[in-house]
Amino acid sequence: MEFKDYYTVMGLARDATQDDIKRAYRQLARKYHPDVSKEKNAEARFKEVGEAHEVLKDPEKRASYDQLGANWKAGQDFHAPPGWNAGYESSGASFSGRDTADHSDFFESLFGRSAGAPRGGRASFHAHGEDRHAKILIDLEDAYSGATRSITLRVPEVDAQGHVSTREHTLEFTIPRGIRAGQHIRLAGQGAPGIGQGSPGDLYLEVEFRPHLHYRVDQHDVYLDLPVTPWEAALGAAVEVPTPSGLVELKIPPNSVAGRKLRLKGRGIPGRTPGDFYFVLQIALPPADSETAQSFYRDMAARFQSFNPRVKLEGQA
Amino acid sequence: MNSEPRQPNPAGDILEEQTGLTLAEISRACAAQAELIIELVEEGVLAPVGSTPEHWRFTGVHMRRAGVALRLQRDLGVNLAGVALALQLLDEVETLRAQLKVPGGSI
Repeated sequence: MEFKDYYTVMGLARDATQDDIKRAYRQLARKYHPDVSKEKNAEARFKEVGEAHEVLKDPEKRASYDQLGANWKAGQDFHAPPGWNAGYESSGASFSGRDTADHSDFFESLFGRSAGAPRGGRASFHAHGEDRHAKILIDLEDAYSGATRSITLRVPEVDAQGHVSTREHTLEFTIPRGIRAGQHIRLAGQGAPGIGQGSPGDLYLEVEFRPHLHYRVDQHDVYLDLPVTPWEAALGAAVEVPTPSGLVELKIPPNSVAGRKLRLKGRGIPGRTPGDFYFVLQIALPPADSETAQSFYRDMAARFQSFNPRVKLEGQA
Repeated sequence: MNSEPRQPNPAGDILEEQTGLTLAEISRACAAQAELIIELVEEGVLAPVGSTPEHWRFTGVHMRRAGVALRLQRDLGVNLAGVALALQLLDEVETLRAQLKVPGGSI
């Protein structure tokens, strides 16, 4: 396994004081806490920082780590030297409020229960496993129709001797119809394993929509910018338009202006309170790229001479 | 052919849409003592329907909020008043971020 340089992880020099360590931990914990952080890999970084802090804040553990780590650099292939724990008493609970499964292999080899002084019968300790969180990207269409998806997790496993290893575990789950961005799909029992007889925690998948080529989503409402011709807007028209729930024939009312919103009630993301679907009209001008077209526009200018779209701006400045 | 009634989506349900959770259920789901949940209600972080703890009913939204509150307390050492403030600010930031994403701003 790889050697982990806990000082680098926390951005500290090897002669950092305990106060330095506490301060650095507080700042990094706030920065990477998954509930408040938008940093990439926040959860992994938070765990890494937590583990580093767990070792460095405890003078005994820190002394052991310093003694050992003087000869290694981060990333190097590492094995605990034989007799490593002679004279070092692992203070019972490597649990210390953190789930065993959260520790890296590196930590476990140095400070885990398997690395500690020989134990008599295991004390029976039971705890409910921690919940795990992950983010998934889905398509808007999945929210309209529901979908089946699979996700591959790296699941830590603890064997009877307390050795921790990870294995890959692929899980199939359903994306419920009507789900919105920011909501969580709960997969019961797929979180961290329990300790002893404790039941496993749950897995929460936070849903986010992939940006769509055409549609915009706000909560359960969906928007589409709809280009129409000047004559369709001015005279009204019936046009065939797409929505995630199928093609519809939309009536453009006469005298429509750019930016007008036409609402299809209940055609947004479905659910107990379905959202609405909005078409936002955009006026598309035919290009003036030929003499005929330009001549047409000049005629139009002449006919609508009295039309001034900037009347409200006059008198400013 | 299996003629059992369909289970309510056993493979995954939407946390936010659960309703009618009791104090005991939300405590167990959040792996927290009931006293901690009661503190959150008294501070105004959670607003269940019902007049007394036995009658409180929470939704999945409350459960998620309780989870965040408990993690902030446990992981970052934030006290109760700080947690209430933090959640309020997080709500605001969430709203602002969503508004930024809709081109043309809010309608």
